[in-house]
Amino acid sequence: MTTQAEMQIAPSAHAHAERKWWHYFTFCEDHKVIGLQYLVTAFFFYAIGGALATAIRTELATPASDFVTPDTYNSLLTLHGTIMIFLWIIPAGAGLANYLIPLMIGARDMAFPKMNAMAFWMVPPSGIALVLSFFLESPQAGWTSYPPLSLMTGKVGEGIWIFSLLVAGTSSILGAINFLVTILKMRVPSMTIHQMPLFCWSMLATAGLILVGTPVLAGALILLAFDLLAGTSFFNPTGGGDPIVYQHMFWFYSHPAVYIMVLPLFGAISEILPVHARKPIFGYKAIAYSSLVISFLGLIVWAHHMFTSGTPAWLRMFFMITTMIIAVPTGIKVFGWLATIWGGKISFNSAMLFAMGFIAVFVIGGITGVMLAAVPFDIHVHDTYFVVAHLHYVLFGGSVFGIYAAIYHWFPKMTGRMVNETLGQIHFVLTFIGMNLTFMPMHELGLLGMNRRIAFYDARFTTLNQVATVGAYILAVSTVPFLINAVWSWVKGAKAVDNPWNALTLEWQTSSPPAIENFEVLPVLMTGPYDYGEHHSENGALPPSAEPVLTGSSSGS
Amino acid sequence: MQGTVDPNKAALNYHNEEVVAPAHEEHPDLRLFGLLVFLGAESMIFLGLFVAYLTFRAVYPSWPPEGTPERELVLPAINTVILIASSFIIHNADTAIKKNDVKGLRTWFSITAIMGAVFLMGQLYEYSKLEFGLTTNLYASTFYVLTGFHGLHVFLGVCLILAVLWRAQKAGHYSDHDHFGVEAAELYWHFVDVVWIVLFILLYLL
Amino acid sequence: MKIPSNILTMLAGILLTLVSIWYGKNHGLMPVQASSDAALVDGLFDTMMIISTAIFLLVWGVLIICLLKFRRQPGDETDGPAIEGNIPLEIVWTAIPVVIVLVLGVYSFDVYNSMGGFDPDAAGDPGVQVAMASEDGTAMSLMDAAPKKAHHNHMALGIGASPQNIGSPPDLTVNVLGMQYAWIYTYPDLGITTGELHVPANKNVRLNLKSQDVIHAFWLPEFRIKQDTIPGMESELRFTPTRVGDYPIVCAELCGAYHGGMASRLYVQAPEDYDKWVQEQMPAPESDSQTAADLEKLMAAPTGEKRSDADYLVPVAHQMGLDAQTLDHLHHTMPMPSDALKQVSANLATPAA
Ligand code: HEA
Ligand code: HEA
Ligand code: CUA
Ligand SMILES: [Cu+2]
Repeated sequence: MTTQAEMQIAPSAHAHAERKWWHYFTFCEDHKVIGLQYLVTAFFFYAIGGALATAIRTELATPASDFVTPDTYNSLLTLHGTIMIFLWIIPAGAGLANYLIPLMIGARDMAFPKMNAMAFWMVPPSGIALVLSFFLESPQAGWTSYPPLSLMTGKVGEGIWIFSLLVAGTSSILGAINFLVTILKMRVPSMTIHQMPLFCWSMLATAGLILVGTPVLAGALILLAFDLLAGTSFFNPTGGGDPIVYQHMFWFYSHPAVYIMVLPLFGAISEILPVHARKPIFGYKAIAYSSLVISFLGLIVWAHHMFTSGTPAWLRMFFMITTMIIAVPTGIKVFGWLATIWGGKISFNSAMLFAMGFIAVFVIGGITGVMLAAVPFDIHVHDTYFVVAHLHYVLFGGSVFGIYAAIYHWFPKMTGRMVNETLGQIHFVLTFIGMNLTFMPMHELGLLGMNRRIAFYDARFTTLNQVATVGAYILAVSTVPFLINAVWSWVKGAKAVDNPWNALTLEWQTSSPPAIENFEVLPVLMTGPYDYGEHHSENGALPPSAEPVLTGSSSGS
Repeated sequence: MQGTVDPNKAALNYHNEEVVAPAHEEHPDLRLFGLLVFLGAESMIFLGLFVAYLTFRAVYPSWPPEGTPERELVLPAINTVILIASSFIIHNADTAIKKNDVKGLRTWFSITAIMGAVFLMGQLYEYSKLEFGLTTNLYASTFYVLTGFHGLHVFLGVCLILAVLWRAQKAGHYSDHDHFGVEAAELYWHFVDVVWIVLFILLYLL
Repeated sequence: MKIPSNILTMLAGILLTLVSIWYGKNHGLMPVQASSDAALVDGLFDTMMIISTAIFLLVWGVLIICLLKFRRQPGDETDGPAIEGNIPLEIVWTAIPVVIVLVLGVYSFDVYNSMGGFDPDAAGDPGVQVAMASEDGTAMSLMDAAPKKAHHNHMALGIGASPQNIGSPPDLTVNVLGMQYAWIYTYPDLGITTGELHVPANKNVRLNLKSQDVIHAFWLPEFRIKQDTIPGMESELRFTPTRVGDYPIVCAELCGAYHGGMASRLYVQAPEDYDKWVQEQMPAPESDSQTAADLEKLMAAPTGEKRSDADYLVPVAHQMGLDAQTLDHLHHTMPMPSDALKQVSANLATPAA
């Protein structure tokens, strides 16, 4: 209460205060600072996860196990999967959400700023513990950590793994509470729910999934921890436990988790495409509601990861059909996006390239997902490189491309500087080629008989594996132009105007970067978020010099 | 674009009026809503554990497994009555503070805290009397983990209540229009109570 | 203007269909088919490839056209047309995936049924669980912590008899035991215990899968079938090999450091060859007790403990019926990181060891 009273008394003292660089290293309650903290931290872990991936591919360049020992290989892939999912994609999504939601709905901050900061500060310890575990005794049971294997690979490593996930999960839940409450309750009064940018819709769906799914993972991890450390046998068949129960609890969260990882980026793509194609989003409501449908369906498909496990036949059929149906709402989105850019006036800048690249590669991953859902086929390819190919097409092609698109798109807003387009386009081309080179051959490997999570393989798979390894090196190199670009542009890039893309959503109606409390006066909606075309085409697009009706104050300048 | 708003759009609630809101408007207090969302998430942990328990139960041919020492029902039943009663007691505090009666608040909260503590001691006493340990068998493990995890929540609830009592010492900290802490502690207490009822049915009665 | 673009669209559509069908039938991505199940699965896969190729070409086609045709011209500051949706179009592109998905669902169901997925003996049907449990109690001896009878209800899983075989017993039953890091096959009717699986061609085979320690998965890529072996549970795979040859057997579920090395081979043999093999394997009386003793020792080893590479393989090698030469051969085709296998072959070569 007191803080709110303060805000009323001395608004300008806050609003015109300057953001200092060291604020970014403190327990700061500003959602924009937290958003950037998340993004940078997540990217840091991405580099670690990527380095692990590079080690994996180096090992797999030859059939023999010659680069690392098989034990080490298993810890590489376990940490790679865990770090990528729990410390890169999920926090990066949370970072975008933190940065964008309040700006997009015209709020000054999140509903619970302190809790927001707390949620962020749980991420680094969780990640550091995981990374350190590599040097103590690393977890080796894969990111899925199925018992009884996970109970036998070493108490310390597995214990750290459980601890990290519990902390990261708590962080995720606290973040989701904020997103949900903020989106539902803090929109400017003039914004009805159907005028909300699509990113907010997708975060609504994501928050729902987090709140329903993550606690169940926590439950599974608690029981696993008891088995590991206290000698109970919930999941240990030697004492009469049931390892299948763990699989159900794990996937009850971890299937929704894949939508937790991709829905925010679906939202980001829905923002980026209309702006750079200069056309309204095609089928706003369809795209908005399909997020909710995906998130509902996402909760009732988990056992498609268990078709060859302890799943009875009729359940296999049930989960097959629910899984396949997810293609429908996702298809609605994909076709809506295609119709949005069709006939537009597209600027092919880095943001747009990554957004279109997202559609291109995500669709491949989505289609292989539907194939995997078909039980008889999945029985053949389950736990093979076909699944590895699928998961990277959706996770790298989907989530990572989406995050890059979002960074390029909102970079001017976040930093007040423009990115270097040439470097951005080099980054895109290298990433696109490297990505397909790395993961396309994995489909064939899996179909032919190469199982996943192996440090050495049959010599007949050598060629395809070497192609993948080359691709992975290209991917590692592709990150360099991005890093240079991001750092250099942040410090030295051309100054960005408030609304460099002439976009209509609210975050562009304030200064770049926005002032500490976002808006000088709270904005009032004058157009929908995607009203490009028609009523202003007669007199041209928004004239850059037009008197800004929706404004914030400029900060730092 | 600005100024040329499509009249159809305006009818669809696209406002074009002058800004009326004050510069730094206060947003309504959302903490209770946030707490509700949080409790929703928390109940998913319990739901997950309950379903796991029911699965173990269903998979075993006999439950509790043959040879598991008997458990008595009287003490837990008394404990249950205490906990449920405390939920009614704590509600009086809410009524009191809405009438600005801080003293009433303190009284009712103190009683609730004591009842919570008694419940916890009862639980510990029951543990000490049981003839099986955490790792005796799957049944024993689920019993200890479920009741223990719930007990942890009761403990947290008691801590919340004590925190409110601590703050209530300061005159005027809670009043009829500003008593989020009281409501939060109460809501949490009810939550813990409801979970216990389900747990009691699952573990003792079923 | 209008007519040519319609025709163009139609031509593109026809081309897309033809290319998709051609690719779906000629992708050559699957290994050989060694059973009738494999043909069924491949039929499903080919269909999915046709649909996938079509969707892929459609989406990439649209993206490429956008890339080429809908560029913003330099200096053009205007917006594109304000099209906000088109309900009939949206209904169409919702309906088409619905239809595709339902067709695929029904098709998959049919394939699964033909393969034997719904055989009540193997489908986890509660009705037969109890009967199965009393029929074979060996799996339970591993679970010493829980009293024998009070253990799990039984739940067999996997691919059972195909509809025409339901009710008729298989021609050959083999028990498969997965352990870190080997498969052990026992032929209960013949008293054979070996490390490679031999089956006669065109006979109906049933594998009873069990696990000794952690979860493994028994995968026959050329047969398109796979089933996890879960400690404390029993699962089965039933199939009819149709093609003579030898095929890899792969452990597909991560089971520890040497998961990649947990492989063996399936020999599908003409009946004469198979009989000859059986004759060779028939245990001589003394080696029988030897095998049993070794097996016992292996079972008794605490599963949770860390064992060295050689420890894993030495006891197993005997059961697998591997001689020094095979091990050496294995060493070349399936390179191992440590010298574990070499050590084992050395041990086997010097009888004193
Ligand atoms: C961002 C992450 C992400 C996303 C979005 C998805 C999306 C989907 N996934 Fe995937 N999946 C993973 C991440 C993801 N997955 C991971 C990490 C694993 C492995 C976990 C592990 O074991 O380690 C996995 C594994 C996995 C499996 C288990 C495989 C196995 O282990 O045997 C299955 C099986 O059904 C599956 C299915 C699907 C389906 C049907 C979708 C659908 O949502 C896809 C829908 C999208 C489309 C279909 C494309 C667009 C639609 C159209 C253009 C319309 C027309 C299309 C049709 C009619 C087909 N996934
Ligand atoms: C978002 C998730 C995500 C992402 C982005 C990636 C990215 C990559 N993944 Fe991974 N992967 C998973 C999630 C992800 N993966 C999961 C969940 C699994 C399953 C784990 C399991 O089985 O338990 C898996 C498994 C997995 C395997 C299978 C292992 C096995 O089963 O044996 C392989 C093998 O090639 C692989 C490779 C790669 C490669 C080459 C990349 C590349 O795209 C990475 C490229 C990125 C970089 C290289 C980092 C950026 C570069 C720099 C900052 C420059 C500095 C870097 C160096 C000096 C090296 N991944
Ligand atoms: Cu056994 Cu992998
Ligand atoms: Cu899934």
